[in-house]
Amino acid sequence: MRAATSTSVPVRKNTSYVSLFRKDFSKNWMLFLMCVPAILFFLLFSYIPMPGVYLAFVRYNYADGIFKSPFIGLENFRFLWLSGDLWRITRNTLLYNIAFILLGNTVQITVAVLMNELRSQWFRKTSQTLMFLPFFISYVLVGLFVYNFLSFEYGTLNSILRSLGREPVETYSNPAIWKYVIVLTHIWKNTGYGSIVYFAAIMGLDPEMYEAAEIDGASAWQRIRYITLPCLRPTFVILLLFALGGILKGNFDLFYNLVGSNTRLYPTTDIIETFVFRSMIVSFNFSSAAAVGFYQSIFGFLLVMTVNWIVRKIEPDYALF
Amino acid sequence: MAIRKRGTRIRIDTSTAVLNGFSYIFLGFFALACLLPFLLMIAGSFTDEKAIIKYGFRLWPPEFSTFAYELVFQNPDLVIGSYRVTILITLGGTAVGLFLIAMCGYALQRPDFMMRNHIAFYIYFTTLFSGGLVPFYLLMVKFLKLKDNYLAVVLPALMSPWLIILMRNFMKSIPHSITESAKIDGANDFHIFIRLILPLSVPALATVGLFLALGYWNEWYLSLLFLSPNMKYRPLQLFLYNLITRADFIRNSAASSNIPPQDIPMESMKMATAVVATGPVVLFYPFVQRYFIRGIVIGAVKG
Repeated sequence: MRAATSTSVPVRKNTSYVSLFRKDFSKNWMLFLMCVPAILFFLLFSYIPMPGVYLAFVRYNYADGIFKSPFIGLENFRFLWLSGDLWRITRNTLLYNIAFILLGNTVQITVAVLMNELRSQWFRKTSQTLMFLPFFISYVLVGLFVYNFLSFEYGTLNSILRSLGREPVETYSNPAIWKYVIVLTHIWKNTGYGSIVYFAAIMGLDPEMYEAAEIDGASAWQRIRYITLPCLRPTFVILLLFALGGILKGNFDLFYNLVGSNTRLYPTTDIIETFVFRSMIVSFNFSSAAAVGFYQSIFGFLLVMTVNWIVRKIEPDYALF
Repeated sequence: MAIRKRGTRIRIDTSTAVLNGFSYIFLGFFALACLLPFLLMIAGSFTDEKAIIKYGFRLWPPEFSTFAYELVFQNPDLVIGSYRVTILITLGGTAVGLFLIAMCGYALQRPDFMMRNHIAFYIYFTTLFSGGLVPFYLLMVKFLKLKDNYLAVVLPALMSPWLIILMRNFMKSIPHSITESAKIDGANDFHIFIRLILPLSVPALATVGLFLALGYWNEWYLSLLFLSPNMKYRPLQLFLYNLITRADFIRNSAASSNIPPQDIPMESMKMATAVVATGPVVLFYPFVQRYFIRGIVIGAVKG
């Protein structure tokens, strides 16, 4: 990605970009042709819908279409703001993503560091295989697993509580606990995947550093604290920057499969994606859904640009583009 | 992943031993926590419905029964139809998507192709800004008229910026001299790609292809958006989703079996269908795991 804008095109004096491109095209037209399917693909599915953000400023009706529906300015946004929806879903999306990033990376790094300590290769392979397994299943199945565990009547949690003589808990009507359920589920599903990058980074470290530390009498904790963790810093920072850029993007599959249309849980579990989906599919409020989508796209874009700009100032090597 | 040679160790100090023990315990529990839900699901699918109602989901079925599976397969048309749809979507989407991604990835890493960086940015920009769900939905439904069409699930997932960049990074490791010498011999770019580059990129194709295939197999979002519940054959994940969330759907799918509605084993049937839908992925997974690991490492570190 970093190479995307790096200017490796040598521009000599008196040679305009246009003539340079013309020369390149006449030489490499076949390579260009090989990119055409991808170019058309992104044109159709990404670029053509972009002007559709205009939908956020009209009172949409299906018959007139996007550009003939009456223009109402910021009315859609005003309504979302006054109803409190905008604030609620923004807060939830941001807080969940911050929790996912911070806790997720902590667990992933812990797993990678501990995996490196294992000396039984069999145990390492087996545990890695098992921890990677949740990455391969759909979120529909994840939703079923959570139901298996938390369902009031048949859930494993309540079976355990009942057998201990305790009162079973009504999980599906209690919004407070879902913060933890969702974050834990996210960690459960993504730790195996995320720790692979960190583990690969540790594997790439020079073993001589560890040998030298051992000769100097460093304890296991010191080895991790002063060698492994500092060496993981670049990986962590790059992944963090990636994640920060997407901090306004929610994981629809996760939230919708766990919560679905359970309105009692919305105060703590409604995120931008689920709100947009509901507004559109359930209540057919296309303009309102588009307004939220536009707001998300704009602020997400500004966020990526700002993060990247700051990183470029501090440490250019880490910049995304 | 290669293990680091530590050489011969004479003595292990206490802190290392403690950390070692802690690693085994922590990772052991974590791995178990990842496996447990699968075991609960399998046990649930083999448990008699009355036992589930009485005891809840257990790790070992208190009363063993295969009734749920019998019901799922008594009306095999629905399950097999879903399977067929999912397999066709997965195979078709993966084959087409993989070819297009490979073609684009190859062109984008050719150092003598000046437009490569501009095209790469054109692709990358779509991850920075998007029109959002509603314009995309209207495009699909109103202009492409893909409602209730399986193409609505296949087409938008054919490519992704991440997979194209992954492919490009993979292909960078193929020496450019191969292309150059073939060009001197008079081969054109497409020929070079088909005859020389593709055979050399088998690991890359396997990795990207598996990512695509897994995506299609687990695809649920596009099906939910564009395929309506009155379609007879739905992709497996949507089929499973409807079964989990809608009681009437279970009753309908067991309707032909002449069982009174109150006797339909709702809970164990959910589990049995989940096992049937996930089985292939879980069985296949240990053999292809390494391709995914390589893809994740190359995609993340070099990206």
